[in-house]
Amino acid sequence: MRIAVQEQEFDLGAESNAFADRDTANGAIVTFTGVVRDLAKGNLDRMEIEHYPGMTERAITKIAEEARARWSLGDVLVIHRYGRLVPGDRIMMVATAAPHRKDAFEAAEYLMDYLKSRAPFWKKEITTSGAEWVAAKDEDEDALTRW
Amino acid sequence: MDVLYFAWMRERIGLPKERVETDAATVAELVTELSAREDRYAAAFADLSALRVALDQELSDFDASLAGVREVAFFPPMTGG
Repeated sequence: MRIAVQEQEFDLGAESNAFADRDTANGAIVTFTGVVRDLAKGNLDRMEIEHYPGMTERAITKIAEEARARWSLGDVLVIHRYGRLVPGDRIMMVATAAPHRKDAFEAAEYLMDYLKSRAPFWKKEITTSGAEWVAAKDEDEDALTRW
Repeated sequence: MDVLYFAWMRERIGLPKERVETDAATVAELVTELSAREDRYAAAFADLSALRVALDQELSDFDASLAGVREVAFFPPMTGG
């Protein structure tokens, strides 16, 4: 299991390859990548992501351990960036390895649902009309009830 | 104890972290004490439903006891992922 909370970019291809190379015992690998997107407004200059050093790593580790307890998983990888990002930048990735794809897909979705509302990150969008903290959505909280 | 603020809490209160000497038994009592300090605190803590609290880096709630707690953090709902 690898958890990385970092400011610098990550190499999606290299991380995916390294993950697959580390875990050759499992038949299914799922990766998910989150990218900064400029929604309908079309005026996003950048995003600034703040986090709670110390708690962030603990919270993500706990989420990943919970996923490993619930599904039959091999390795798990979570990388999440903080700091300044621009549209098109990769914010985060998760990878899960499992004997079967259902476990790998479900665990990846579970990780994403929990990272969204239980890992202490806060996004601020800086647009041409000002800066605004991204509000948490009810649907993100609701997404946790399915697990 | 150390009290930490993140995101718009940090901006409204105007600092990321402060040392607080308190006899508050619960998070709610600490919030009452802080809110009584200055308008900016009162404004930041006005709507507790918009806030989350962590005690020693674990999510908690406003009824929780502060016994033995060294670090309290206040912040809006998280927006990771």
